Amino acid sequence: MIGWSGWGLAFKFIVFPGFLFSVVVGLVLTWVDRFVSARVQWRKGPPFYQPFADLLKLLLKQTIVPKGASKTIFLCAPILGMASMCITSVLLFYVNFNPQGSFVGDLIVLVYLFALPPLAIIIGASASRNPLSAVGASREMTLYFGYELPFLLAILVPVIKSGGAIRLGDLVTAQQAGGPFLYSVSGVIGALIVLASIQAKLGYVPFDMAEAEQEIMSGVFIEYSGVGLAMFKLMKAMMLFLLPLFLITMFWGGFADWWAIPKFLLIVVLIILIKNTNPRFRIDQALKFFWFLLGGFGILAVILAFSNL
Amino acid sequence: MSKLGLWGLKKSPWVYHVAAASCNNCDIEILELLTPRYDIERFGMVLVGSPRHADALLVTGVLNRKSLPRVMEVYEQTSKPCLVVCIGTCTCNTNIFRNSYNAVGPYDKYLPVDVYIPGCPPKPEAMITGIVKALSKL
Ligand code: SF4
Repeated sequence: MIGWSGWGLAFKFIVFPGFLFSVVVGLVLTWVDRFVSARVQWRKGPPFYQPFADLLKLLLKQTIVPKGASKTIFLCAPILGMASMCITSVLLFYVNFNPQGSFVGDLIVLVYLFALPPLAIIIGASASRNPLSAVGASREMTLYFGYELPFLLAILVPVIKSGGAIRLGDLVTAQQAGGPFLYSVSGVIGALIVLASIQAKLGYVPFDMAEAEQEIMSGVFIEYSGVGLAMFKLMKAMMLFLLPLFLITMFWGGFADWWAIPKFLLIVVLIILIKNTNPRFRIDQALKFFWFLLGGFGILAVILAFSNL
Repeated sequence: MSKLGLWGLKKSPWVYHVAAASCNNCDIEILELLTPRYDIERFGMVLVGSPRHADALLVTGVLNRKSLPRVMEVYEQTSKPCLVVCIGTCTCNTNIFRNSYNAVGPYDKYLPVDVYIPGCPPKPEAMITGIVKALSKL
């Protein structure tokens, strides 16, 4: 990130491709999510401006801080998650359109940035002093430990295939030169593991036990209202935009060309269809699924990647 | 509230279902609203799990000594502005439980009710009409 003047940097973080751009695209994607879900269930679905109306309404509603909650942490937690997603957005777009410009180790930074939203959710939920929130937070924490292991193993696959690059730019260039990593056995396994982790990171249905509406009443978000809830919704929307982009960057040749758009839509629709056709796991089942099943496949993928398959 | 804000509120009323000792029939009819046949998501309405997220409280059932404090608490927990929608004759005028030792009277004695939807239970069409009317009146 060298050579940007102050204003350019501010523009990149706040307008394009940072905050505003990813928020708008993310909100449109949440509409796509709701619309496709409605069509799957043979309904008409909400109009296209629905997420924007929701956001506007939430911003104007009263924000309640529950009695006994630690106010600062409660209100700052969503900002933490949103800020991390802004940085992620800038970083992802930068390395894709400018592969040589980034710094060494940005992949590791990105992995940490993607770990911040669940952390923000856990912090906010624990600060709210609600027992159901606490249950949700503990589930979110367990889930996080669950999916992070196979996720990291799967991310190792492109790293190994590109000969040990931990700079996203190098991964993208390696794929442009030698074809996307997806078109190999280990690549397919890795991408599927990342897809399952994306589902869990988004808190979508097979892994939505942290917000389980029917049992713990939207768990981690139960005490959030008004602006706080709006920020969490925005964070989720941005994640819905950025996580598939991350998958494309790592496995499917980057998104610097127009082919990225159909690829991106395919992944998003796949996520939505998985969400709509599965029942919710129990938290222990999810942990077993991630550690023993996907963890095993992750190790297999790493071994295959080492033997150039 | 500004015009834009009012538009936002009208286009996305999230509802929370307060079942205060109803005979369950009204509750089932509310669930009917979510089915593909009626699909209230067309109007941006979503059934939410926490009163903190709600813009409209759908109350059902006859108010009694046990449920009154709970209903009041839920109302206080809701972030304002919020609508109160009375669903079923029980909520409007205590219905056949009028002479019960336990019934404490209709909801509008305690809460600022915005919409009355009578019927035992009311049809889903009636509920949709009621809520849409209330929203267009805002
Ligand atoms: S209005 Fe009728 S259906 Fe509804 S709760 Fe009362 S008795 Fe039951």
